[in-house]
Amino acid sequence: MSRPALLSGLSPDDRPTAIAGLFILVILAAGTGYTLSKFGNAPLLQPGYLLQQLQIGAFLGIVAAGMMLVILISQIDLSVPWTVAAGAMTATAVGGPWAIPAGIAVGVCVGVVNGIGVAYLRIPSMIFTLGVNAVMRGLMVAHTGGFAPQTTATDAMRFLAADRTLGVPHAIFMWLAVSVFMVVLLRRTAYGRAIYAIGNKEAAAYLSGVPTRRVTLLAFVICGVCASLAGMLLAGYATKAYQGMGDAYVLPAIAAVVIGGTNILGGRGSYLGTVVGVILIVLLNSVLSIMEMPEAGRQIIYGLVIILMLLVHGREGGA
Amino acid sequence: MSDLGLRLRQNAYLLSVIVLFGLVYLLYHLAHPKGFSSAVLVQNSNEVFSLAMLAMAQTIPVLMGGLDLSVGAVMTLVDCLASHLLVGTTTQIALGVLACLVTGALAGLVNGCVVVYGRIQPIIATLATGAVYIGLALFLRPTPGGKLDEDINWAMTNALDDFAGTVGLFSDGLPAWFRPIAGVPTSLVLLVLVATAIWVPFRRSVTGRAVYAIGSSEQAAYMSGLDIKRAKLTAFTLAGLLAGIGGLFLAIQTSSGNADIPQAGGYTLSSIASVVIGGTSLLGGSGSAIGSIFGTAVLKVISFNFRIFDIAPLLQPMFEGLVLLSAISLGALRMLRVKNQLELFR
Repeated sequence: MSRPALLSGLSPDDRPTAIAGLFILVILAAGTGYTLSKFGNAPLLQPGYLLQQLQIGAFLGIVAAGMMLVILISQIDLSVPWTVAAGAMTATAVGGPWAIPAGIAVGVCVGVVNGIGVAYLRIPSMIFTLGVNAVMRGLMVAHTGGFAPQTTATDAMRFLAADRTLGVPHAIFMWLAVSVFMVVLLRRTAYGRAIYAIGNKEAAAYLSGVPTRRVTLLAFVICGVCASLAGMLLAGYATKAYQGMGDAYVLPAIAAVVIGGTNILGGRGSYLGTVVGVILIVLLNSVLSIMEMPEAGRQIIYGLVIILMLLVHGREGGA
Repeated sequence: MSDLGLRLRQNAYLLSVIVLFGLVYLLYHLAHPKGFSSAVLVQNSNEVFSLAMLAMAQTIPVLMGGLDLSVGAVMTLVDCLASHLLVGTTTQIALGVLACLVTGALAGLVNGCVVVYGRIQPIIATLATGAVYIGLALFLRPTPGGKLDEDINWAMTNALDDFAGTVGLFSDGLPAWFRPIAGVPTSLVLLVLVATAIWVPFRRSVTGRAVYAIGSSEQAAYMSGLDIKRAKLTAFTLAGLLAGIGGLFLAIQTSSGNADIPQAGGYTLSSIASVVIGGTSLLGGSGSAIGSIFGTAVLKVISFNFRIFDIAPLLQPMFEGLVLLSAISLGALRMLRVKNQLELFR
């Protein structure tokens, strides 16, 4: 397959990021063309709109950051939906200064359970995290009685998620902080190298002296913390926690990671790609809703875009 | 005799699942006020059927070491299609059923093409095609609705004598040979029919064996001259067909169509759980669709029991999760005894 000349100079790991970036421009251009012809203005190109999209993207971005870590070691975390909800519900229920630490603790607990099941009992993560998700759901349903909890987000949560400094929502800073952490972790630490090594060949990583079990456990803990953090921010943004608030995050998070060029079988992928993948998905959703696309059309376009991006990335794996 | 012993040992896990199911189901009937009656059996069988179809559908890609995240979506698509087509004269309904089955198989074939020719990992390819199928289902049924033919609903979701009565098989009284089986649920008969008419021949065919071989080692299967592409295309098509049958029955059972996205996701995840409980390895290469049927049965019968034994409804989801988690953890405890960690990596 011949590649466009523009992309040929890039390393294989950066190419998906560049393609996804180009696709974001295409989405923005298409959306702007639509609004120009329909309403005669271009709201999509205004900083206010873009900042708002980034604020919405921050929740997905933080979930995707944790998910990427788990995908890099060729596992998956399907317990994210109710970890998001449980983090938010616990934080709002505890309230006061301990709200956020309590939410984080929920994420750590879920991550430890997932990690023990996957790393020590060697149960496929696909099914184990699914079971953990079911238990979390059951716990939350029993805790709230099946209704939306009456508690509201604390001021600190609202400050982190919804308030703005110089017009920039704080949620974006949170995403930025998580991103810096992830980049340093993946690029600059032995732990990051161990992650990629396990994703490529776990047996080889083990023989090279990598404590594969501990690395895997920690990856699930980080993923759980990211999910509960996103849940608390989401509760701060919506001022309360509610049932099923995390359901809309797991599949888009996986899609964002994969669109960004991370191999679903692990071992390869750059964090920047995941960020670009998140922005792509958020913008796509937003532009489709501006175009007043019905839910049916959105789902179809959503699916086709994922397939298209993967086909363009170069066909790999499987065979 | 040694042959029988070997077979027993090879299927020890499946047998234990069947025994577990039998015990829990016996408990259910003993505790149920109307236990051991045809009515209860019919109700249970109807509730199990669609998920059992999805579990069978899921088994085939899992045997190849893949995963099909679109089974719930295919079921929903066919469900919505059936809610439009299964009305009118007998001929129209028959054609409608055929169209539904073809749609399911086509959706599976598309999955197969994306996986084989697009060379995209099955899990992510079916995640994407699943979104497309849900979208199509939403086009067909933006809001839940539709009214299926009442006769087909009655005939398929009751016992065999109701089926015979609706179809008009025995106009002059039930024959003697029919009476003992008159109380058997029609959906149970259908389940056995699908298992014997679709799964067993597939399992014994060259393509079916190729599917197992791919799951064990795709390279070795390729080197042995097996037609990998054809096996994958057939496998996904068959999975689509089975998911389509599940959707068709769901439409008949509920007498309407509903493009319910959370429901589709829930069915997909439950189908994976059923496959695992049924003893099929998520790594591929070993297991069977028959096991998955019993996996579904175990999963469902546990929630049946919740209704009987006054467990607070609010606690039920938690117990369901705990049962699933402990079921999959039990078999894994031996991992802690493995001395050489290298043996764990495959």
